[in-house]
Amino acid sequence: MADAAEILAPAPPAPLVVQAPPVELEREPLVANQRGIGWLSDTIAGVAEGTTPRWWKISFAISLTMMTVCFLCILYLMSTGVGVWGLNHPVMWGYAIVNFVWWIGIGHAGTLISAILFLLRQKWRTSINRAAEAMTIFAVMCAGIFPLIHIGRMWFGYWLFPIPNSMGMWPQFRSPLMWDVFAVSTYFTVSVLFWYMGLIPDLAVMRDRSTTKARKFGYGFFALGWTGSHRHWSNYEKAYLILAGLSTPLVLSVHSIVSLDFSVSQLPGWHTTIFPPYFVAGAVYSGFGMVLTLLVPLRRILKLEDIITVRHVELMCKVTLLTGSIVGYAYVMEFFIAWYGGNPNEKFLFLQSRLADPFIIGPLYGIKPAPYWWAEWMMILCNVVVPQLFWFKKIRTCMVVVFILSILVNVGMWFERFTIVVVSLHRDFLPSNWGYYMPSRVDILQFLGTFGLFFTFFLLFLRFVPLIAIAEVKGVTPQADPHHPLGGAKTGGHHP
Amino acid sequence: MNGQPYAIMAEFENPAAILQAANKVRAEGFRNWDVFTPFPIHGMDRAMGIKNSKVGWFSFIGGVTGYATGMLMIWYMNTVNYPIVIGGKPMFSPFSAFPPSYELTILFGAFGALLGMLFLNRLPRLHHPLLKNGRFKLASHDRFYVVIETNDPKYSEAAARQLLESLGSRHIEMVEE
Repeated sequence: MADAAEILAPAPPAPLVVQAPPVELEREPLVANQRGIGWLSDTIAGVAEGTTPRWWKISFAISLTMMTVCFLCILYLMSTGVGVWGLNHPVMWGYAIVNFVWWIGIGHAGTLISAILFLLRQKWRTSINRAAEAMTIFAVMCAGIFPLIHIGRMWFGYWLFPIPNSMGMWPQFRSPLMWDVFAVSTYFTVSVLFWYMGLIPDLAVMRDRSTTKARKFGYGFFALGWTGSHRHWSNYEKAYLILAGLSTPLVLSVHSIVSLDFSVSQLPGWHTTIFPPYFVAGAVYSGFGMVLTLLVPLRRILKLEDIITVRHVELMCKVTLLTGSIVGYAYVMEFFIAWYGGNPNEKFLFLQSRLADPFIIGPLYGIKPAPYWWAEWMMILCNVVVPQLFWFKKIRTCMVVVFILSILVNVGMWFERFTIVVVSLHRDFLPSNWGYYMPSRVDILQFLGTFGLFFTFFLLFLRFVPLIAIAEVKGVTPQADPHHPLGGAKTGGHHP
Repeated sequence: MNGQPYAIMAEFENPAAILQAANKVRAEGFRNWDVFTPFPIHGMDRAMGIKNSKVGWFSFIGGVTGYATGMLMIWYMNTVNYPIVIGGKPMFSPFSAFPPSYELTILFGAFGALLGMLFLNRLPRLHHPLLKNGRFKLASHDRFYVVIETNDPKYSEAAARQLLESLGSRHIEMVEE
């Protein structure tokens, strides 16, 4: 019998030898120059430590001033009424809705990076996810201001929520505007939860490095007593995975529901089924534009080029290219359906109110130029033409060009929102109901003011919290892999 | 205050060493012990014999609660407490009530995941003997620690020290309560 057992027992497996890939096929490492895990702590935490740099003080002063302007505009609006805005019949949705949709779209890239790229095991996300999630939170804050103030009597803003009141009335849940309240407030709350959970181990890093009592207490309080126990990490990683899994359908639903605010109506230009996916793609596109706008200069100023490498910037450009192309496709589809659908009102909107420029298409068809032709063409230039430049590696790796193009991405997306909201409204079904909308000074200052709000919070974030997820970046280095020679493995393991 | 030993702590230099050490310590039959690392290490769950985390259940219960809350709330508000006819449609429809309920599913599920994780980890906690230890600060930097508590049934200082030394630890110290 012993012989049989010996025969049945599997032979010991031969040691697995994996050949190193040829040099030209090797991927560039996620952290350049073989930086060790201690170096990562020192560098990233160092940004939030030490003396406050001068550029920070100057930009903070500017942002704070602009934020004050934002709140002064709200005060003026509150004390005087919505007449201070440029709204008039027939355009009753103007800057407030344009800016709401634009800001909330910017937020979407943060969740895409933190949740969807996590589920897709894109390890490069670790260098950018923290800053992108912070961007999401601050962008949603800027977005949230607009629906609150555009309701006119904003002291009744709480009517939006199902809170028992003396009138015995409840919100009407068949309205997409009501769904929006739930979608945006859930989005904000879950983004904050996800961001904070990712921060816990890094706040422990900050706590352990603190030298002053105030910092020790502050970081220690928010680190919740995190020790780095593996029994804790095990639960933590599961919770992280679940939050990523919950945030993915959430982020897709938020901009879909925002788009339903429009597409549920009967208005040509709004009433289309393509809106939900088209809005989500546009949101991710504009969000990646904003991430690039923020991180391309920051990696230089803060000397983080070894962590946010050129490869990271290139990959972000590629996502921008992909989502930009989806947006371009959606535009083409809208025009195609306007022609193919045969609805005269829709055809009129797309040809005579949007496309007809004074130079080519207008003269070609013999139509008068559309009043807002510049908005439509600005949108096509920035959202269809600009992203296609990212096909070229020379452009993707030139930081100055990437920075400029990333700003154009968001200019284009702003004009897209403007086109959808204002252009669809300004010519009603009867020519007697036509009008022309221009923002007032308060509108413009209010919009610029939200940039102040955004950058004030973003600069505070840079100064107090590690702007890159320290523990996560450590985890993707070869030094962290127990089967890699740099991680201490004696022989090459299953993924050398 | 001082004097009472809480645990023996051994420092390791790299992930491969700590993974090997964890394998050995578990094989020796210790129960009140743990590994402390700056980031989660691939394969450590298996080396330590940790079962699948239960966080999912908290999130699941949160999600179910959220969905039920949404549906019941909308049904009660728009059908029972203040019936309101919109476009001649039924008083309650699960379709129009779905989007808010869906958002509440995610909201409550996310709270379930975070609070469940904190509950299972017994966090937040205000005090931990290891956090008083000066050397242990490196656990969030670039070092890896095995900690065996003195209240472990198999614990004896000499044997534990010898085991940890044989695993290649260059720095072993006692942690006070």
